[in-house]
Amino acid sequence: MGLLRDFTDKPIKHNPVFVLVLGLCPTLAVTTSLKNGVAMAAAATAVLVCANVLISLVRRFIPNQIRIACYIVIIAGFVTMVEIVMKAVAPAAINQALGIFIPLIVVNCIILGRAEAFASRHGPASSLMDGLGIGVGFLLALVAISLVREVLGAGTLWGYRLTPIRMGDVTLVPEVEPVAVLGMAPGAFIVIGLLFALFHWIGNRRREAARAAAVPAVPQVARDFPKKAAGEASVSAEGA
Amino acid sequence: MDVGYTELAIGSILISNVVLAKFLGLCPFFGVSRRTSDAVGMGLAVVFVMSIASAATALIYRHLLLPTTPEHTNLLGALGLPVPEGGYVLILKTISYILVIAVLVQFVEMVLRKTVPALYRALGIYLPLITTNCAVMGVALLNTEAWRDPANGLPVHLATFNGFCGGVGFLVAMLLMSGIRERLTELPVPKAFKDLPIAFISGGLMALAFMGFANLFGIAV
Repeated sequence: MGLLRDFTDKPIKHNPVFVLVLGLCPTLAVTTSLKNGVAMAAAATAVLVCANVLISLVRRFIPNQIRIACYIVIIAGFVTMVEIVMKAVAPAAINQALGIFIPLIVVNCIILGRAEAFASRHGPASSLMDGLGIGVGFLLALVAISLVREVLGAGTLWGYRLTPIRMGDVTLVPEVEPVAVLGMAPGAFIVIGLLFALFHWIGNRRREAARAAAVPAVPQVARDFPKKAAGEASVSAEGA
Repeated sequence: MDVGYTELAIGSILISNVVLAKFLGLCPFFGVSRRTSDAVGMGLAVVFVMSIASAATALIYRHLLLPTTPEHTNLLGALGLPVPEGGYVLILKTISYILVIAVLVQFVEMVLRKTVPALYRALGIYLPLITTNCAVMGVALLNTEAWRDPANGLPVHLATFNGFCGGVGFLVAMLLMSGIRERLTELPVPKAFKDLPIAFISGGLMALAFMGFANLFGIAV
């Protein structure tokens, strides 16, 4: 139960990108296409889960003063492993696109942040679930951003062209020119800014709805009544 | 692979700015840019650390990680220790870079505290943040393994200069962003766009403006 909570809490409520605002560099840099986003999230999640488990296993042996340095070395070790595996397994185009952002996982604040905030205080099983949950949250965020940028910025989805849509000889949808700027650097900032605003808007609306639901309607009106009456009285007094 | 100082400077400050074109160091770019004084402090600390870290990592890359070639000797090889084919680039690069940067930041902090207390008071609180600033590590990687000629990387003096320019590029971006954000706090921004979302969109417009520097003086980066 507790373990499941460790996982299910994370992807939405503690989303690393949109709620905790961590790990922005890869989020903006590699989300030009869905494939790159998924590959980046997979690499970061692998490092996060492994580092979380190992740090929580050795947390009692690490002296408190040098814990950050120890975490960095552990993370760097796993990043190197992931780097080597990616070079062997992932297609060349993806390695080209991710470039320096794979070794840069080592300075990704999501991973060091989880090590410090969670893995150093919880057991390995909880830390594993936490790593997976945060990883899924990172994946969701990258997918959301790269979906917008790939579909609108390149006119493709997972590498397949979306337009023109033809049925036999009939063209149902003509070829649409993509908004190339969304695939470039400014597009990344603007798309993530708009998504942030969307989530703030949803959050604000929910909070207002919760407040409206929590306050019973009738007594509130009754409580306001004398004040309102007094206000009207003063207004009419001024009018007179 | 002849690159000049001018080309590097214009390239890394304007054309491919560390923050706005290469997406490095975004956490401080959005986290520490609410006040101009903070932004300048952080920017100067990054200029300082990035120059030193670029020099150190370029030295490590050429003389410890790469195998011995006519242009550079591997010190471990020179001492008679075994160096695998292709050197230690794949295995030790990430770990050695991050450790060197972490140690350098600590060292700079201690030296500053002893020798230039005034500068330490101004920059001190930003220094620990720089260890996990991906701009420093990113520029170190761009100078060495990800340079156009990864078999050699940038020569040490040019790498140091490029680190300095990368830091200046970061400082410029921070300064502009903090100016914008100080104004934004006084404007009627829609509620959902308050603080971060509008900062991101402003960053996007800045990046759009910096795209205008592409091919400036015919320099391609």
